[in-house]
Amino acid sequence: MVKGKPLVYFDNAATSQKPQSVIDALSHYYSYYNANIHRGIHTLAEEATLAYEDTRFAVQNFIGAAAVDEIIFTRGTTEAINLVAFTWGRQHVGAGDEIIISGMEHHSNIVPWQILCEEKNAVLKVIPVLDNGELDMDAYRELLNSKTKIVSIVHVSNSLGTVNPVKEIIAAAHQVGAKVMIDGAQSAVHLEIDVQELDCDFFAFSGHKVYGPTGIGALYGKRELLENMPVFHGGGEMIREVTFEKTTYNDLPYKYEAGTPNIADTIALKAALDFTTGIGKEAIRTHETELLNYATAQLQEIPGLTVIGQASNKVNLVSFVVEGVHTQDMGVLLDNMGIAVRTGHHCTQPLMRRFGIPGTVRASFALYNQQEEIDVLISGLRKTIKMLV
Amino acid sequence: METKPIPEIEEEIIEDFALFDSWEDKYEYIIDLGKKLDKLEDEFKTEDNKIKGCQSTVWLTADYQEGTVTFKADSDAVIVKGLISMLIKVLSGHAPDEILSANMNFIREIGMMTHLAQTRSNGLLAMIKQMKNYALAYKMTQEN
Repeated sequence: MVKGKPLVYFDNAATSQKPQSVIDALSHYYSYYNANIHRGIHTLAEEATLAYEDTRFAVQNFIGAAAVDEIIFTRGTTEAINLVAFTWGRQHVGAGDEIIISGMEHHSNIVPWQILCEEKNAVLKVIPVLDNGELDMDAYRELLNSKTKIVSIVHVSNSLGTVNPVKEIIAAAHQVGAKVMIDGAQSAVHLEIDVQELDCDFFAFSGHKVYGPTGIGALYGKRELLENMPVFHGGGEMIREVTFEKTTYNDLPYKYEAGTPNIADTIALKAALDFTTGIGKEAIRTHETELLNYATAQLQEIPGLTVIGQASNKVNLVSFVVEGVHTQDMGVLLDNMGIAVRTGHHCTQPLMRRFGIPGTVRASFALYNQQEEIDVLISGLRKTIKMLV
Repeated sequence: METKPIPEIEEEIIEDFALFDSWEDKYEYIIDLGKKLDKLEDEFKTEDNKIKGCQSTVWLTADYQEGTVTFKADSDAVIVKGLISMLIKVLSGHAPDEILSANMNFIREIGMMTHLAQTRSNGLLAMIKQMKNYALAYKMTQEN
């Protein structure tokens, strides 16, 4: 219940609600086998280590990685992108080199590359976004050349819901010898991910958007790349031997996991992945697509409302604006009706500028949402617009 | 014109809001205040006068005449505009010292605290801070 009304939660692209199994896994760990992992030889430490490493196998299966040591735990997608930019990027990107991102990137997939470009005097190139919210693939092919070192692209846009043709993007990049990083923050929960089939070099996702806890995510990297990259953070766990003269580093994946990791949330992430795969991504996507299509049709009946992003391949979210009404005002009033949507620029300011708007209202759906809740949103919106206009 | 002391104005707003028994009435009143707030002339909508929130923008100007500060403000979002209209009603036309010691408790009393807590989504908290900064600056010039 929110403000005395049954909650309609349509902010799933920001973070999903958690199933009981995830909450239980967290509580069970802290209640029964809380211990630091990898180092202790006592029973609790062993149990915790096994559970922690079990999640790594679960992530490997979840995204179809070839080997378990290609999975590095991070705080989330943002940290994973930063890790790649500041390890692989620092090693391989030099003056005059080019990095390609797209016009629909989240700030997390813009800023790390900007920092790297500034540091290295490299150039950031941006694939334009078409009016319907799809990437301009012709422009992309023209941007690619022998100076392109890495292409870092969002799999599913958090603002528009567009599913980008990443397989095609990856293949084209590889033809000029560039590596590809896929930001899977929005895609991992809705689409079947097979990093080997995609042939991406790096892939990242966040646990809290796949029904898991906050503060835990994963980076996948091809083994030969991970093995040859410099380390990211220095500290315990990531070392083999330390002397004051020189330190040698641990094997994959521990080389990139300095310090005591986020043990509890990592363990609970497995429960979230089991929950998602248990229901099945196909079933999830079928349900969410029905919701999306229903919501889009209903929204378009509202006078003055424009859906932003009409790509042919979209998942789980719909962004819109209403003529003469500020998105924040809509968000405030909807909240008073117990409806949680996201309003604003969704951390994609360049994309909002591209469409000439300060922001949108975004309704994003998850497997537990129901059609009746969309009806509540639609009548709530009509009331909101009436109050504001 | 004689202005009432700040606590008295705050009390009046609290009493006004006590009359509303639904959130709709409350917000309709705020939206109405927002729509009625005098428009800030475009020449004042400058980068310098901008208080940027994550989602909406507030412009604020201040003028100091005969010992009192007059505020004018505007926003692109109408609910924020309604809220700043109340801030102006409470703080504008008072001496710097009065403005600096205003506790702004009425915001909590009328149930609008959430708008202050969302520091990232609107410029309201920053606006109060900026109004007090103006008051402090005028107070300093007065003392020097």
